[in-house]
Amino acid sequence: MNFVIKILKDFPAYLWSGWGSIASIFLFIALWDMGNQIYGDLVLPSPLETFQTLWLMLQDKEIIGEINTTLYRASVGFGVSLALGSILGLIAGFFVTASMMSRPIVTILVGMPPIAWIVLAMIWFGMGDETVIFTVIVASFPIIFVGALQGTRTLDGDLKEMAVSFKLPWHMKFLDVYFPHIFSYLFPACVSGLGMAWKIVVMAELLATSDGIGATLGVARSQLDTPTALALVVIMIGSLMFVEYIILEPIKREVELWRS
Amino acid sequence: MEKLEVKKLNHSFGFTEILRDINFKLTKGEVLSIVGPSGGGKTTLLHLCADLLDVEEGSVTNTFASSAFAFQDARLLPWKNVIDNISLGLLANGCKKAEAIKKSQEIAIKFGLEESDFEKFPKDLSGGMRQRVSFARALVVKPSLLFLDEPFSALDIGLKKELQAILIEMISKKEISILFITHDLMEAIRLSDEILLLKADPGHIVKKFSYSLAQNERDDKYVYGESAKILQDEEIIDTFELELK
Repeated sequence: MNFVIKILKDFPAYLWSGWGSIASIFLFIALWDMGNQIYGDLVLPSPLETFQTLWLMLQDKEIIGEINTTLYRASVGFGVSLALGSILGLIAGFFVTASMMSRPIVTILVGMPPIAWIVLAMIWFGMGDETVIFTVIVASFPIIFVGALQGTRTLDGDLKEMAVSFKLPWHMKFLDVYFPHIFSYLFPACVSGLGMAWKIVVMAELLATSDGIGATLGVARSQLDTPTALALVVIMIGSLMFVEYIILEPIKREVELWRS
Repeated sequence: MEKLEVKKLNHSFGFTEILRDINFKLTKGEVLSIVGPSGGGKTTLLHLCADLLDVEEGSVTNTFASSAFAFQDARLLPWKNVIDNISLGLLANGCKKAEAIKKSQEIAIKFGLEESDFEKFPKDLSGGMRQRVSFARALVVKPSLLFLDEPFSALDIGLKKELQAILIEMISKKEISILFITHDLMEAIRLSDEILLLKADPGHIVKKFSYSLAQNERDDKYVYGESAKILQDEEIIDTFELELK
């Protein structure tokens, strides 16, 4: 509980430190506007037009529905990866044989291009939620799995010995000695897994479904509706930035205060 | 009567014999040092006594009510602040959180830490401070047996004396028994009732030295005198390879 309060207390200071990032975003938007002036509205709509379209879209119930569909798929996919990845990663980390055996499998999973998974999933599951969710899982699972595995494999033997010498009961050993270390590996892995899930979900939707942000993006492409396409991109990037910088980063800072 | 008794202890890692036929007994209130050159199996012996390694041959009988371990390096949990690190052993013994924190704060002050250090993480402490915390963590549980694995070797002279003074005070009150591993003969002479000389390849005990003067009465002159005497001992010269070849 103290921990949450501390995060909230430090939050304004954290936000205040964001001016640099905001300046750099504005610089990016200025470059974007320059591109618009050079190439014209069809190729690259101006930021103003894009944000106007975005505003109109956010009033539209149908679009909100599409966003929710995508959110649902991404969360289920990511949730399953998170649960499976951390549990299996922990187990694999605690047993040398399991970690040796799992390495090539992880390489296969990571090496296989997501587009290939989408094609296979379309054959296996048809066009729908399952295909998208499956693709999200196979794309973000290995990242989280490797994070948990690395965290468990790199536990400090000296600290384990110390824990034994003080006769720590098993729950203290896990919570005070193992967990903080594993978490310091698992948390960044989750952040990149989440980013991966969010990108893959849109790609899978574009190819395999008729609803969701990805499918809407596909429709915008076929109608050459560049402002809508860009507005959708802004939604995707904006939500990712919100989650990463407003929610996860403050937690990360608080959790990793002990790091040098 | 609380005691630690080691009988006919042998130990090997794979085909390498580390310890051969170790026998000794440590009774309550006594300080026993094991000295020998580095790599002679001292740490292995200590780990066997402290139940951090499984005994393969022979026996280790430990009837002390409680024990604690101070390592050569501080081994603090990097994600816990000073007080939480010190209270670790207390919490493991089932002590209430508030009480554990209070006791930890008291002992931290006694060990020369300041109140402003309490919230610090180990990364913000100097090496000496970390070792103080590590000592405090071991002693806050009031162990009747303390295992020391060369805990002074990385410290400056001042801090070494300070920590030794705390131990000597506890020894003279008969509050604690210590099994002490070191390669520093002077340290051993300052603290011990008995010194066992461990010769390497494989580790075996070759000689025993006893000191009867109470620890709090041993001044520098006594320690230097006894050190000079022990350095003349042939077994010591042979074990530490002091002779110029």
